[in-house]
Amino acid sequence: MSEMKAVVNNICKEFGNDRTRLMDIVRGVQEKLGYVPPEAFELIAEKAHTHRVEVESVVSFYAFLSDKKRGKMVIRLCDDIIDRFQGGEDVAKALSKELGIGFGETTEDGKVTLEKTACIGMSDQAPAMMVNDVMVTNLTVEKIPEIIAKLRETEDPQSLVTECGDSNNAHELVRAMVNNNIREGGPVILSNHRRGGGLRKALTQTPEEVIEDVKGAGLRGRGGAGFLTGFKWELTRKAAGTEKFVLCNADEGEPGTFKDRVLLTERPDLMLEGMTVAAYAIGAETGIIYLRAEYAYLRAFLEDVLNRRREDNLLGINILGNEGFNFDVRIQMGAGAYVCGEETSLIKSCEGTRGDPTDRTPFPVVAGYMVSPTAVNNVESYCCAARIMDMGAGWFSSIGTARSAGTKVLSVCGDCDRPGIYEVPFGTKLRDLLQRVGAEDVAAVQVGGPSGQMVGPAQFDQEISFEELATGGAIMIFSNQRDILEVVEAFMEFFVDESCGYCVPCRVGNVLLKSRIARVRNGEGSPDDLAYLHRLGESVKRMSRCGLGQTSPNPVLSTLKNFRPVYNALVRENTTGRLKSFHIMKAVEQASQIADRRSEVFHA
Amino acid sequence: MSDKIKITIDGKAIEAELGQTILEAADAAGIYIPRLCAHKDLLPIGSCRVCTVIVDGRPQASCVKPVMDGMVIENDTEELLQHRRNIIDMMFVEGNHFCMFCEKSGNCELQALAYRFGITAPQYPFQFPEKDVDASHPDILLDHNRCIMCARCVRASQELDGKNVFQSIGRGFDRKIGVNGEKALGDTDMDVNDKAADICPVGCIIKKRVGFETPYGERLYDKEPIGSDIEKGATA
Repeated sequence: MSEMKAVVNNICKEFGNDRTRLMDIVRGVQEKLGYVPPEAFELIAEKAHTHRVEVESVVSFYAFLSDKKRGKMVIRLCDDIIDRFQGGEDVAKALSKELGIGFGETTEDGKVTLEKTACIGMSDQAPAMMVNDVMVTNLTVEKIPEIIAKLRETEDPQSLVTECGDSNNAHELVRAMVNNNIREGGPVILSNHRRGGGLRKALTQTPEEVIEDVKGAGLRGRGGAGFLTGFKWELTRKAAGTEKFVLCNADEGEPGTFKDRVLLTERPDLMLEGMTVAAYAIGAETGIIYLRAEYAYLRAFLEDVLNRRREDNLLGINILGNEGFNFDVRIQMGAGAYVCGEETSLIKSCEGTRGDPTDRTPFPVVAGYMVSPTAVNNVESYCCAARIMDMGAGWFSSIGTARSAGTKVLSVCGDCDRPGIYEVPFGTKLRDLLQRVGAEDVAAVQVGGPSGQMVGPAQFDQEISFEELATGGAIMIFSNQRDILEVVEAFMEFFVDESCGYCVPCRVGNVLLKSRIARVRNGEGSPDDLAYLHRLGESVKRMSRCGLGQTSPNPVLSTLKNFRPVYNALVRENTTGRLKSFHIMKAVEQASQIADRRSEVFHA
Repeated sequence: MSDKIKITIDGKAIEAELGQTILEAADAAGIYIPRLCAHKDLLPIGSCRVCTVIVDGRPQASCVKPVMDGMVIENDTEELLQHRRNIIDMMFVEGNHFCMFCEKSGNCELQALAYRFGITAPQYPFQFPEKDVDASHPDILLDHNRCIMCARCVRASQELDGKNVFQSIGRGFDRKIGVNGEKALGDTDMDVNDKAADICPVGCIIKKRVGFETPYGERLYDKEPIGSDIEKGATA
């Protein structure tokens, strides 16, 4: 108990007893104690000048935080559909068998806790899992006994890394078995370029000219929404406020997306250069990289990049001798919440609260982080901005299509020979891409991850662009061996798990959508159920508060549109007037148990 | 005093003041927009989404959206009625509501909305979640079975009582209202005279020993549909 007290005191002190650093405080406590004990809530609240229930509110929100004692090592197996299709379910069984516990349980010796988690950004080397912060990729059933034996013996997850991945994955501060799998580079990001060239050029211009360049280049947000980056910067610059902020969204949580993982590993300087350009353009002195908890293995490496940039005067005071241009960046770790990729949630999380999104009047450009004007951009957007500064707006806009300038870094995964990273010019036809990645017999492609849309061969001649097939990076390929509705159900399960629960349509609607999809999959549905799915999906889409709920019915709605025959083959007109999904035995089961006798009428 | 502007709701031109939300402007003009989490004494949070209207083609929660000159708003449309009805249905099936013997029956805003929308039974399957009943407080009962997560109590405690008795905990379907105490409401500084004790639109926060003082049939919404006061109070 006194140990707990000391730990809490120290960590709160480390973060200045600052209520807005509550995320770091509870993460720190968990790192030391393995969990955040409820007894610590009051103490943390007292130190950080908040209320006990506020601490509980934060701890209970994030999937990676726990108020229950857990094992010294926490195994989080990625439960994404891509991993499942690559043998993840067998790996799950093997883990369970080897450890002698189920998911959600801890071994008796208190060493290992076994959990499942949403996509961890390793879909190109699936199945994969995390052991504490260590990534373990390309799992097979055969490897599991050895992995568990080693963990038991060394109690050190890092001991599982016997061979490092390529390039910076082998950096002494990373040492991960992760591979980049960069298959095709493009002219903007994954090609050779001068380090710092963009920033130096930007500093010869006025902030307004920088913004004009980014606008002129036609750069649109790479996270998926496609808002014009230069316009966002202009609004932030013009918004009233003495303090402004530049935030980088590195909370890459969309299942099937892993391009930011590779950019953070191989292009961190370019990203930071873009952030620094943004800071110069809008007049910000503070930047934050919001790094998803799954990518904690890159944290020390990124801290080092920040330090080097400080040493080289690329961050800090009077950057590159530019009197009065001061800018520095800190890393804010996430704690397992997909919704925090939504910019207002991300801001709340940076402010140390639960990641409920906020209403977007006012927009973050007016009142964002600490109610100050804030520009939130994706990792890739910042990389693009730095390159635009170096090479010119005209160069950038000459690549791609009329309304989608530049290239897009795609993360390709699923049923293909060469999963990995492809940087392609916007306007590339999906069919061409499928050929290049070695995908045959493709039945469906999920473009943009679960929140995007599922398209079939009839749409393969469309191009990847904001006009036709928009994507934040995810391209998930499903061969004709796969059950489309299994994918849809898995995606709905994901949204049910990740909804923050703030608004009714998303909190409840997704649960209802998922269970009705399950009914149809079981062959217990009628055509009425398809109409029900459509109506319900439209309500969730139209009435939800943030981007999560507004896109969560897309797996259902896009497959109802593009894969209607799949549904039609499963449903049958109900001629008996009785619900096929109603099972009387199941319905009376609980009552039988309570009464401690079987039903006289309904029994096996 | 304030800047007058013009907006249009369902084709009807009305005057509004800058700084008002769409909901406030509509109320003042005698146009009822159904709502649940919104309350005149509290800052709006837009969580129930019942008050969603279409502004220039886009859905917006009218309780949080400020008016702007020339706004064209759709409120009473077939599409919105359907969506709102669906949301109300969702609130019924996500909890365990039992109007026929609930103390709040007749004064319940969820029930009253359902009546106004002509809902006799929800179209969605009941989820029958397991929820707690917290009777630890000497004067107040907290029944999570009937909670709709509107967070009125959270706001009332903060904004009107200067306390912090409630806060949302958990997430998704398991989200619930937590209390600022070790275990239960009895461990908090909640008082029966707090504004938060009177603000619940449903039967989640119930005062002990005063139940059924007003008999069924003589309660607020037994007499006229919810929203009638706004529709009658038209100043324009």
